[in-house]
Amino acid sequence: MKEQLQKDFDNTVKNLNLSQKDIEIKKFSLDNFLNKGFPNRKEEDWKFSDLNQIIKKNIGELSFYNDYTYTNKVDTSEFVDGLEHNKIVFINGRIEKIDFNYEKKEQIEIIDQSETINKFDNNNSLSDLNNALTNKSFKIVIKKGYQLVKPLIIYHTSNSKIWSKNINLRLDFELEEDSSLRLIDLFNDTSEKNFFNIFYDFNLKENAILKNYKVDKQENKNIKYSFNNIDQNKNTISETFILSSGSNFFKNEINCNLKGEHSSAFVNGIFSLYNNKHHEIRTIVNHLTENTKSYQLIKSVLEDSSKAAYQGKIFVNSDAQKTDGYQLSKAILLNKDSEFNAKPELEIYADDVKCSHGSASGSLNEDSIFYLMSRGLNYNQARELLINGFLLDVVEKITDSEIRNLIKNMIGIKE
Amino acid sequence: MENRQKEIDKLKDYKYGFSTDIENTRAPKGLNEDVIKFISNIKKEPQWMLDFRLKAFERFKQLKEPDWQKPKYPNIDYQDLYYYSAPKSMDDKPKSLDELDPKLLETYKKLGIPLQEQARLNGIAVDAVFDSVSVATTFREELIKQGIIFCPISEAIQNHPELVKKYLGSVIPLTDHFFATLNSAVFTDGSFVYIPEGVRCPMELSTYFRINASNTGQFERTLIIADKGSYVSYLEGCTAPMRDENQLHAANVELVALDDAEIKYSTVQNWYPGDKDGKGGIYNFVTKRGLCKGKNSKISWTQVETGSAITWKYPSCILKGDNSVGEFYSIAITNNHQKADTGTKMIHLGKNTKSKIISKGISAGFSDMTYRGLVDISSKASNSNNYTQCDSLLMGNKCGAHTVPYIKNKNSESNIAHEATTSKISEEQLHYCQQRGLSAEEAVGLIVNGFCKEVLQQLPMEFAVEAQKLVGISLEGSVG
Repeated sequence: MKEQLQKDFDNTVKNLNLSQKDIEIKKFSLDNFLNKGFPNRKEEDWKFSDLNQIIKKNIGELSFYNDYTYTNKVDTSEFVDGLEHNKIVFINGRIEKIDFNYEKKEQIEIIDQSETINKFDNNNSLSDLNNALTNKSFKIVIKKGYQLVKPLIIYHTSNSKIWSKNINLRLDFELEEDSSLRLIDLFNDTSEKNFFNIFYDFNLKENAILKNYKVDKQENKNIKYSFNNIDQNKNTISETFILSSGSNFFKNEINCNLKGEHSSAFVNGIFSLYNNKHHEIRTIVNHLTENTKSYQLIKSVLEDSSKAAYQGKIFVNSDAQKTDGYQLSKAILLNKDSEFNAKPELEIYADDVKCSHGSASGSLNEDSIFYLMSRGLNYNQARELLINGFLLDVVEKITDSEIRNLIKNMIGIKE
Repeated sequence: MENRQKEIDKLKDYKYGFSTDIENTRAPKGLNEDVIKFISNIKKEPQWMLDFRLKAFERFKQLKEPDWQKPKYPNIDYQDLYYYSAPKSMDDKPKSLDELDPKLLETYKKLGIPLQEQARLNGIAVDAVFDSVSVATTFREELIKQGIIFCPISEAIQNHPELVKKYLGSVIPLTDHFFATLNSAVFTDGSFVYIPEGVRCPMELSTYFRINASNTGQFERTLIIADKGSYVSYLEGCTAPMRDENQLHAANVELVALDDAEIKYSTVQNWYPGDKDGKGGIYNFVTKRGLCKGKNSKISWTQVETGSAITWKYPSCILKGDNSVGEFYSIAITNNHQKADTGTKMIHLGKNTKSKIISKGISAGFSDMTYRGLVDISSKASNSNNYTQCDSLLMGNKCGAHTVPYIKNKNSESNIAHEATTSKISEEQLHYCQQRGLSAEEAVGLIVNGFCKEVLQQLPMEFAVEAQKLVGISLEGSVG
């Protein structure tokens, strides 16, 4: 892999207009990655999902160079119907379209940061890989007091033109005071066997509200990793919803820093897996100051020989008195080969807190099925009803009614 | 009320902190093959035992000290320790208690463990381990009548080699982790228990561990075998003198329960925790593992961990037999600068296996407490169940309480439920108690005892009273 990566890196950098210093920084990141390689089971955070093995098994050799000189045709039929929205379209990792037609132009600033290096720091080698190889990176600033009229949908589209590629994406968002953003990440893949490595950074100023919905529904054979860093100041709210289903492997990481008083973070997730898909959600909520709140709910339905893992951590600093932290993960295992792993973690240094977590996994309740069958449903109907009810609980947590309905339609849950 | 206050004052400092001035026989300092041969030789061990030790030592040389635990400690120089230390008077084993060095008898009397059988009101058989040797085992004859073997493991190696050979290292193999392997190489003494088929052990068996010599590591090994249909309840207590240095205690405990057998293992661990500034104290790095080998077998661990500078242990159950049951009840209390990283592992391999984990952690002062546990239901363990509850109580914002459970479910017919909470003693509860005339400290004691009740109930009667007192004492000075 090393020679290939080095060669692809040189090609990538050649096409970018970078100063010598920036190239040095990129090189430094590349070296870091080369030293560490893809994360593996030996690292605590990757205990349940050995990415190195998964890439080897599913993809084999990756190539890291992407030719972005040509444009891809934007297929408008893929766009979400029945919901007016702003768009950012990525096709095979290339930004094809940024469209904020529904919004006041001066309230949204889009800064191209491709030519400046702005390193993403977290302790894993994938951030190094991302730092080294991203070619376009934008920062989207929502101005003070502006609340987007329509949601923004980011289309992550890929097609059969790419194969065994590594695609790196990087987006930054800044929500200034009193602003708000509704953001949907929609994954539409018809490509196979690629590895997407996506990093988002959100900075929420006072009173800002962020709602982020990540929807990976469409069946595909790609490997994905996504990392969201969310910095929250006073009175901010972040809501993250993850529907983890379509890709062969998907690991979502959410890192929330509750830095300002009365800030709160909500993370809700659904794993709906079949075949031999393997997905993971890892959350870290850092309560760093007084009177902050977090709530997490993760539910899984696992068929065939699928595997889901949830690692959730609530960290409470010694200054963060009056913290309210809650975390619950539930899983239904439908097949003898399915597997659910959880590591709900509490790390607490303050005494006046209310923190709890729960985790349960098991089979569908036969008594409930019996009850429904005695009311005239057949086995499959009863089963479906129970599973839908189980998952609906999470979908109902979505606070935006338009998007809630959209997602309900996508998963086919009827009320 | 006055009496209670007096009692508290008396116990305020670590009451077991005295040391006994006694002449010792020691192995040369350091860790090498010669020292292992020295230990083996002084114990007059057969060749197979020495081979066992040397094989472990070979393995040990390749292992790296683990560093993933939460409480970090300064590097231990394994060459700067004595691996064997025994009172000189034990060189020729005394035949009866009358021949025992009066100083030793005095020590145990002071610790509240009279070795004379008639002085014992309640029928508890005691094996007293002083540094590296077992000095006395009581009620042996009475037990032998029922076929129960209860003796120091060094005697068992000579008198019952077939049992020791068969089971030693069967639960904690030679190739296990760093400290367990170290123990396999240099273990000195400990207790051996064998309960024959169908026998219900008529009294509580107990071992009392005492570290006395300075600069010495204690490495004892306990092996308990409950044959088909038998039952035994076993207690373990530990204390050490107050010293400014940190001392290492790395014991291995292996339990084997065959078909329909039940082992109940209770520990009240009160090693010297170090002084108020965190100086001194015992490093308690113990490996405890039970194997439910047979059908319908049951192993239950109960622990009250109040001592030690650092406690690092996970008493575990391997539920191999169908319908076997594993239980773990724990209270861990840390105060001042104590640190604890403790919990359990429940490994479900057989069908219809059940496990239950109740863990209560209390941290005060500048201490740090971690519950770390694993529940692993393998794909063959159909219809298995686990229930885990771990609650933490924090006193003050200089201490920490952490929960790190690993939950793995590979079987769709099995259920795992886990819940954990972290809280503090609420103002309302305190107010209510104080309004009824209790002082703040008494109120805290009462609430904490209530918090721990589920676990304390699991202890045998005499121990429960002791443990309840200990819980109160460990938290002295942490309120207000």
